[in-house]
Amino acid sequence: MSDTTDTTAPPATRRPDRGRRLLKVYLEKPELAGLVLLVALVAFFQLRSDGVFLSEANLRGILGILPEVGLVAVGVTILMIAGEFDLSVGSVFALMPMSVTLLLNEGVPFAGAMLLGLGVCACVGVVNGVVTMRFAIPSFITTLGMLFVARSLTVVISGGFPPLLPLDIPSWLFTQFVGPVRLSMLWFVGIAVLLGLMLTRTNLGNWIRATGGNLEAAKSMGIPVQRVKLFCFVLCSMLAGLAGTIQVFRLGSPLPSLGEGLELQAVAAAVIGGTALAGGIGTVLGGVIGAVLLRVIDNGLVLTRVDANWFKFAVGTLLILAVVSNAWLRKTARRLKVET
Amino acid sequence: MNAVTPTAAADALIACRGLHKWYSGVHALKGIDLDIRAGEVLGLVGDNGAGKSTLIKCLSGVETPDDGTIAVEGRTVRIGTPKRAMRLGIETIHQYNSMVPTMSIARNLFIGREPVRFGLGGVGLMDQRRMRREAVAALRDVDLHLRSADALVGELSGGQRQGVAIARAMHFRSRLLILDEPTNHLSVKETEKVLGFTRGLPAQGVTGIFISHNMHHVLETCDRVVAMARGEIVLDRRVADVGIDELHAVL
Ligand SMILES: Nc1ncnc2c1ncn2[C@@H]1O[C@H](COP(=O)(O)OP(=O)(O)OP(=O)(O)O)[C@@H](O)[C@H]1O
Ligand SMILES: [Mg+2]
Repeated sequence: MSDTTDTTAPPATRRPDRGRRLLKVYLEKPELAGLVLLVALVAFFQLRSDGVFLSEANLRGILGILPEVGLVAVGVTILMIAGEFDLSVGSVFALMPMSVTLLLNEGVPFAGAMLLGLGVCACVGVVNGVVTMRFAIPSFITTLGMLFVARSLTVVISGGFPPLLPLDIPSWLFTQFVGPVRLSMLWFVGIAVLLGLMLTRTNLGNWIRATGGNLEAAKSMGIPVQRVKLFCFVLCSMLAGLAGTIQVFRLGSPLPSLGEGLELQAVAAAVIGGTALAGGIGTVLGGVIGAVLLRVIDNGLVLTRVDANWFKFAVGTLLILAVVSNAWLRKTARRLKVET
Repeated sequence: MNAVTPTAAADALIACRGLHKWYSGVHALKGIDLDIRAGEVLGLVGDNGAGKSTLIKCLSGVETPDDGTIAVEGRTVRIGTPKRAMRLGIETIHQYNSMVPTMSIARNLFIGREPVRFGLGGVGLMDQRRMRREAVAALRDVDLHLRSADALVGELSGGQRQGVAIARAMHFRSRLLILDEPTNHLSVKETEKVLGFTRGLPAQGVTGIFISHNMHHVLETCDRVVAMARGEIVLDRRVADVGIDELHAVL
């Protein structure tokens, strides 16, 4: 309880001062680095491709599958802010559209099939959450198990060959073009804005951040941390399922192998967008920026005729850079705490 | 030596009877009988691992005692959760920081008790203007002058953080304020401030429990001192009747 009127009084030396300022920027705007990188990459690809990169046709390509990756990234981001992890999103991405397609083929009406499909995802989320918390094991392991379980279920219920979507369903709700983008983009933006508001403006958002930021403190202040985490697990699974279903509406048939490797892309998007692996730090916008970055790199490499296999190399490098700077900032934070 | 009364004193705000707590193998509380009288500041001392924090965790709803009863103003209650303890007027400043470093001061002040507009089932939009306004006032009330309530708790010094924790506890007008080693890692000046604040609790109509390893601080601050060892109460005296040597001898 000192009487200082300035919370950021400059420490004696220069280095911690700079560290402190960087840390402050990172804590308040964790998505900023990703945003700067995004702008730089867009400018770079635009120059290298002689202006083709930002042409309408190419933007269509970039933005076409952004909602699908983006929804998954947003769910993973929120769950990571709450301090947990989900590796099963890629499998749930395939499980929900497979369930929905089979239900539709059984004659279940569209809305009912969608709701049941979301219910299946919710069940996956509940299992992930309950097993993780009940047995106090890392969600990394629980959801790694679920990755196999949900994928296997998808293959089994598909009966070995992909069923076809009925033609008379209102899938235009997601696939219809409006201008350069599909309606799925509006769904994605709407959901992301709502979830962004939830995280920043509601008490539930406060609880999510507190749960990931300091679990013991959140508990001792009476926050129902288990229910908060469960909510995030379920939300993450449902967003992944919805994303997969949107993709299948676009493609016309649910492949059992859909979304393989997506979980790692989603985590990469979240982390590149500034989400801390340890929880408590991150924004929905950051997750979106991360997802856009991945799309931009993917597309830009193709456009500039670099071997497309460099995509994973680029994503991996970015991911490691993001985590390293993340760890460095946290070390700085600890040093600052010792000093004060 | 054990001056505990079998029946609750008439002016007991909180009365614990036969509290037991096991942590798997560890018997952390072995039948604690303790009255906390309204309007006193009770000093709780004891060696590391004596069970002080465990006892106050039972009062603040973080832990549930395995046996025994707790009565608030003569009525036996099951505290069970931190929320219920808070509703009973028990506020706690825990030994280990109960702030979220990545959130602002205003948000930390209201964690779990955010004022909500348009709520539905307990969830809704936070009234952030009100949170900011009340946070500034709460900080001023404990004589803590920070530039803004929007600063992140992670940017504050240890002393400032402790100040925010005290501001939070005071803002919610508790009847009992528990301070578990609140002067750890504080400078001399900041420690003095916390001690002065604790001494002033009764004047504000708040009862206090003050835990410390510093006997001088306890004797300076409290009206009564209770010493624990290995999960039991080994001494319970008015401060006026106890010397520092005696305290050291007991521990
Ligand atoms: N969560 C827990 N799990 C297992 N054992 C615990 C737990 N919390 C406390 N204990 C044990 O209970 C006993 C009492 O611990 P407690 O924290 O109450 O001591 P304390 O008097 O507060 O000590 P200190 O002065 O070091 O804070 C110790 O033996 C401790 O190891
Ligand atoms: Mg303790």
